[in-house]
Amino acid sequence: MNTNTNTNYALETHSVVKQYQADAGTIYAVNEVSLQVKAGEFVALVGPSGSGKTTMLSILAALLKPSSGQILLDGQDLAGMSDAERVSMRREKIGFTFQANNLVPYLSAVENVELMLRLTNRLDKAGKLRARELLARLGLGERLNNLPGQMSGGQQQRVAIARALIHNPSLVLADEPTASLDTERAYQVVETFAGLIHEQNRAGIMVTHDLRMCEYVDRVLQMRDGKLVKEYTTRDEIMQLVRGGRNQ
Amino acid sequence: MKQILSVSGYLALREIWRNRGRFLLVSLVIALITLLVLFIAALGEGLGNGNREYISKLNGELIVYQAKSDFLIQASRLGTDRVAEVRDVDGVEGAGMIGTSNATLILDGDEETLKVALLGVEPGQVGEPTVVEGRQLSGVSAEEVIIDRNTALRTDLSAGSQLTLRVTQGTEDVFFTLEIVGVSDGQQYGLQPSVMAPFLTWDRIRPQSEAELNFADATANIIAVKLDDPNNIDTVRQNIVNRIDKVEVATLKESIQALPGYSAQQSTLNTQGGFTLFIGILVIGGFFQIQLLQKVPQIGVLKAIGTSNPVVAAASVIQIVAITVIGVVIGGLLTLLFSLTFPPTVPIVFNGTTSAIALVALLLIGPLGGLVSIRYAVRIEPLKALGLSS
Repeated sequence: MNTNTNTNYALETHSVVKQYQADAGTIYAVNEVSLQVKAGEFVALVGPSGSGKTTMLSILAALLKPSSGQILLDGQDLAGMSDAERVSMRREKIGFTFQANNLVPYLSAVENVELMLRLTNRLDKAGKLRARELLARLGLGERLNNLPGQMSGGQQQRVAIARALIHNPSLVLADEPTASLDTERAYQVVETFAGLIHEQNRAGIMVTHDLRMCEYVDRVLQMRDGKLVKEYTTRDEIMQLVRGGRNQ
Repeated sequence: MKQILSVSGYLALREIWRNRGRFLLVSLVIALITLLVLFIAALGEGLGNGNREYISKLNGELIVYQAKSDFLIQASRLGTDRVAEVRDVDGVEGAGMIGTSNATLILDGDEETLKVALLGVEPGQVGEPTVVEGRQLSGVSAEEVIIDRNTALRTDLSAGSQLTLRVTQGTEDVFFTLEIVGVSDGQQYGLQPSVMAPFLTWDRIRPQSEAELNFADATANIIAVKLDDPNNIDTVRQNIVNRIDKVEVATLKESIQALPGYSAQQSTLNTQGGFTLFIGILVIGGFFQIQLLQKVPQIGVLKAIGTSNPVVAAASVIQIVAITVIGVVIGGLLTLLFSLTFPPTVPIVFNGTTSAIALVALLLIGPLGGLVSIRYAVRIEPLKALGLSS
């Protein structure tokens, strides 16, 4: 499903709503959220628990259909797609890292990364070489054949980052990528992630509750009660937010 | 399709290889089920064969019984004059009287004995088995016998040697020594190896009561009939019943089904085999279901990164089929190994068709047992599996 747009945004959403019926009435998990992310831009989505950021991320990841609104990824509207089309979009155009249980436990680090190339039928010699190089750049050159169970949480997250980027997706999503890491490793992971998103010119969105991790992003979007309530765009604003996070 | 098979095959086989210890254990469970099912099938075949072998190998199509004997060979009595009447019926090529009884074969100077089926057959007529060693019986009163392969295997007797039978006549044990002129293939009857004597010789040496000893005329149990054209079986059968008084006629299949205990024995063993397969389905199904429940987050990740349902389902199927095939192969080899250790007295026969049916059924238990888990895998929601649902 193609929708013509005249913007340079890799991702745009227009008035996205996700509502649920409950005994107490209608609950708006996401309420009229419109946002845009350019290629090469790394955006953080922050907010307290229940603010709707994870639901919004699930919608952006084509894992959840919105009740209404548009989500345009490379000009294609995810909201109007069938289940099979959304699976295909996840495979071809989206890279994803999760909080935990990120990797397939019976595949080695390099096999986990290559899996995305297998799924997209692009696993050739060059792809295999690229997977190894990417892992090496992430400091895992000695861990290529290790199974996830033989790696630390930080190493696993870095493998997940490589997997999210290897197939050249338009959009890279990270759900609390530092949740299970100590502070030092968390900074390393987010810094690496941001560096690769900028370098490879992908649109990146990271959901985090840890404001300190916003140090490496280009923009911060704050959600509350399902709505986008504030946007931090300048470096000063973002660093002020980060300092607030450090003081928490 | 090729892409689906390629990715699913890769995922399925990688998982098996990286968890080979766990999957090998499941394969061993399947191997044990295979061993059990194949042995039950072989036992069923062996017992069934031991009961029916002589009848099933008869070189005829019909068996004539005394009327109202309900196709029970022991209950049927037919005078020797009846065989001539049967031979006169249109469509009958040949007919032979058959008498059945039991005797004890004396081995090694009275120390060892072997219970045998003592069968009376007419030389050169329907009912006399073809020998594979030695010669056929020479005359209806000749002092000679043919033994079947089972008797030969258990006694080391062969064509040309003498054989001593002990039977009870009246109230006395009587011993008869006869010459073995030929050895036939397996001709078990009533789960016993058999000795075939010329009909009148059989009538003289068979176990008899005082009353029978004083009764001059020989009596057969049944008459085996060979037809000119086996396609006319129904017509000839009707002709025999119409032409001859007080007889009933059965096909070989009907006669086998009427053998004492045959149907009950076969249905019991078939039920056992069926239950073993059913238990196999539950065990395999249970294993794959438990394994799948442990893999929910992992399948959630796979789906979240764009693995389609056909790939997830095909990976499950390939895994289940691979584990089942490995288990069945191991079980088949174990069965082969064990079967070599059994003495000929154990009624176990590995028939190609029966074993093939059992193996196909065993290969199906994995996919059947795994159906629930495959369905479950396809229905896993990545959002829920990853804990992202609100």
